[in-house]
Amino acid sequence: MGQFGIGQSVRRVEDARLLTGAGLYLDDITLPGQTYAVFLRSPHAHANIRRLGTHAAAAMPGVLGVLTGTDLAADGIGHLPCRAPIRNKDGSRMAAPTRPAMPADRVRFMGDIVAMVVADTPDRARDAAEHIAIEYEPLESVTDTAGALAPGAARIWDRAKDNLCFDWETGDAGAVAAAFTKAARIVRRDLINNRLCPSPLEPRGAIADFDPAARRFTLYASSQGVHQLQRTLADMFGVKKHDLRVITPDVGGGFGMKIFPYPEYALALWATRRLGRPVKWTGDRTEAFLSDTHGRDHVSHAELALDADGHFLALKVSTIANLGAYLSLFSPYIAAMAGAAMLVGLYRTPAVHLRVRGVFTNTAPVDAYRGAGRPEANYLLERMVDAASRETGLAPDDIRRRNFIPASALPYETPLGETYDSGDFEGTMRLAMARADWAGFPARRAEARARGRLLGRGMATYIETCGGGPEEAAEIRLDDQGGATLFIGSQDNGQGHRTAYAQLAADRLGLPIASIAVVQGDTDRVASGHGTGGSRALAVGGVAVVRASETLIANTRGAAARLLDAREADIDFAEGLFRVRGANRSLSLSELARAVIASGSPPPSGAAIFDPPASTYPNGCHIAEVEIDPETGAVALTRYTVVDDFGTVVNPLLVEGQVHGGIAQGIGQALREVCVYDPVSGGLLTGSFLDYALPRARNLPFISFATNPVPCVTNPLGIKGAGEAGAIGAPPAAINAVIDALAEFGVAHIDMPATPEKIWRVLRERASAA
Amino acid sequence: MPSVSMIVNGKPVSAAIEARTLLVQFLRETLRLTGTHVGCDTSQCGACVVNVDGRSVKSCTMLAVQAEGAQIATIEGLAQGDRLHPMQEAFREHHGLQCGFCTSGMVMGALDLVRGSPDPSEHQIREWLEGNLCRCTGYHNIVKSIAAGAKAMRG
Repeated sequence: MGQFGIGQSVRRVEDARLLTGAGLYLDDITLPGQTYAVFLRSPHAHANIRRLGTHAAAAMPGVLGVLTGTDLAADGIGHLPCRAPIRNKDGSRMAAPTRPAMPADRVRFMGDIVAMVVADTPDRARDAAEHIAIEYEPLESVTDTAGALAPGAARIWDRAKDNLCFDWETGDAGAVAAAFTKAARIVRRDLINNRLCPSPLEPRGAIADFDPAARRFTLYASSQGVHQLQRTLADMFGVKKHDLRVITPDVGGGFGMKIFPYPEYALALWATRRLGRPVKWTGDRTEAFLSDTHGRDHVSHAELALDADGHFLALKVSTIANLGAYLSLFSPYIAAMAGAAMLVGLYRTPAVHLRVRGVFTNTAPVDAYRGAGRPEANYLLERMVDAASRETGLAPDDIRRRNFIPASALPYETPLGETYDSGDFEGTMRLAMARADWAGFPARRAEARARGRLLGRGMATYIETCGGGPEEAAEIRLDDQGGATLFIGSQDNGQGHRTAYAQLAADRLGLPIASIAVVQGDTDRVASGHGTGGSRALAVGGVAVVRASETLIANTRGAAARLLDAREADIDFAEGLFRVRGANRSLSLSELARAVIASGSPPPSGAAIFDPPASTYPNGCHIAEVEIDPETGAVALTRYTVVDDFGTVVNPLLVEGQVHGGIAQGIGQALREVCVYDPVSGGLLTGSFLDYALPRARNLPFISFATNPVPCVTNPLGIKGAGEAGAIGAPPAAINAVIDALAEFGVAHIDMPATPEKIWRVLRERASAA
Repeated sequence: MPSVSMIVNGKPVSAAIEARTLLVQFLRETLRLTGTHVGCDTSQCGACVVNVDGRSVKSCTMLAVQAEGAQIATIEGLAQGDRLHPMQEAFREHHGLQCGFCTSGMVMGALDLVRGSPDPSEHQIREWLEGNLCRCTGYHNIVKSIAAGAKAMRG
């Protein structure tokens, strides 16, 4: 293994460009003759469009077109699909209304697009949008998750009775019921998993350009993978995939939200074909809050049955999941299945049953956000374990230790059908406790109390499923200047793919990292791909890169033998050199490439596909300490410790960065962030960073991070996915700490986000009750 | 249309612009200096921070005509050829950026911090970043980068 092999904290090749302002994000691209689109969005949560007057707007200076849903329908553009239909528990199909990119007659959430203006400057497009005359007939709305199923709630789709999209279940209801009859104790909680707005710093955007001679579209979009957009949008327009090129430049964060095809992308394609000019849309932050897919938004009731010794006998959960007004690409799957199988966690709980009802509301569509179902499941489970710890009097580590799946039981098939391949769950917890100075907590608490502050400590373990299917392909091609180009269909959103992939290829090929270019984000250059999501880039894409490198060496061994005048069987390859065994003759890979290309043959290349046989199961232990000011309810996160098992780590620097960011998003969910819709008007109240509280630098401490790696058995490189883990472990650790700080006042639960206001109110209620 | 003149990264520039043009629009669209970014519409995120006469300013909150005659420094003006500025180098060395979208604002803001506080504490750095949002890093490596960049600038 070379200098830049697996396990080295190689500094990022991306950074020199991004640090000097040379990055190229969507809004940095300007096409000749470009025009600008602005979308007029519904101010109502639910309304019929009675009249829509566009003449005044169309007559404004610089305006090229004012387009409506009626025009869109007349042009026969297809609806946005949902690719994750699921079955109800009785076997019937879910309610699956489809979404037009721009509705013609009825709007179903605040932010639904009602008209599109295209003009020669963005300001002129905005000015014109203000001259569109619309008469709405407002309708009753419902935005509340549990309220959507209430009798008399406003009905959003004619075909979805009671706003129910699906009623799904998993697990063994009979086994759970039997276990509950034998329980010594049943712990019950109602838990809300708050609605979040993913909020990457770069808003969404798109530029569409239609070449009438070639009858070919080009779409530039800020995305997590060009091939998904190509397929979906080509379907919507009824064109062949090769007639729709999708390009994604540098992306300023995605976190799941940028996976999806959005109405604006289809409308930009439609408008460029109609108007004959490139059409650019740059979303602003208000539009992001209104129209990006949101995440989470579950309301659950959970019951955990225990025996007299604190062993978990069964877990029973009923969840209502808010899907928003329209189905998004994967939303039913994310709401129900994506996290369900992780409700077992690290424990031997023999029986689990989960029912999920997906509901429509007058809110933005909900889909994958970092963790995508697993944070919801893990929050629920680890809150229940913490509640059981309090009710049984068993310490948080003790009750977990009693229930852990022991290392000797691995591989372990859970009652929900996952097979955990590897891990050291108790060792990881022990290491986290040592690093967090668990034993020193009472002294820290006493010190805080002397200052009039309440110190709380919370633990949460996690295990999650990621780094699995579908397959990913990679191709590496050598050039005649000592370089190589890697083509792969995952999509960097800031993770550092170029560095990590080049590191893997450089290690196998013996080339300098700087000589390896990585190409992503262009359907004309990369043949296939499944984009970025599910912490798959290294666990799946990385294996494809290594195998493509090995294939390249295998493909060139014969040429090397000819050039070295030796038998192929006598050729060894190591450290970038082909050598003749037993002779003092060698040829570098770059020399070989030059000779092959000079001879008129195609450049040497290697391609491989990796289709993972199983998911990977990263796991770990988070420990948070929070300090609460009882006078104001203010919470400060004072210490944070995490130990993760990510199996083999390719680049520790990048992995640690992923953990920091995931934890920050998890802490944001636990302590600060929530999307709020007004219960009466249905309007979004958190429409800017003034109302939606992203964590800032002073809300977070340094994070103590370590790994306790156990290589993944089912992954050829031993990798377990690492991108989402932080956001999965952090929320319950933080809330468990808040509850620990407040437990002496009899507080058994506070829903996320545990804001100062909520804590202050709870403390005040307790004081007045006492 | 009014015309505006200023010095940007050491070079005099002038242009006729609409009066409502924001400084960030002037930099990005008129001068094509796209390293300065727009991440919000309420002056909350700090992705657009540039230096105006040495002070960090959110360029989405200032009209271009208000910068008449000013010295403007943007992220594009920091490196000398291939040699990164010590603050840029510190961000690279300490993995102080992931997606890079907030980064120019972070670096330009940090330079103003270091000007007044050559040896800032962790607390000072975190407080100074009140006006800069990052969604990728949890700030951990940004704080480390700024401390290291300040140290390198002290020499």
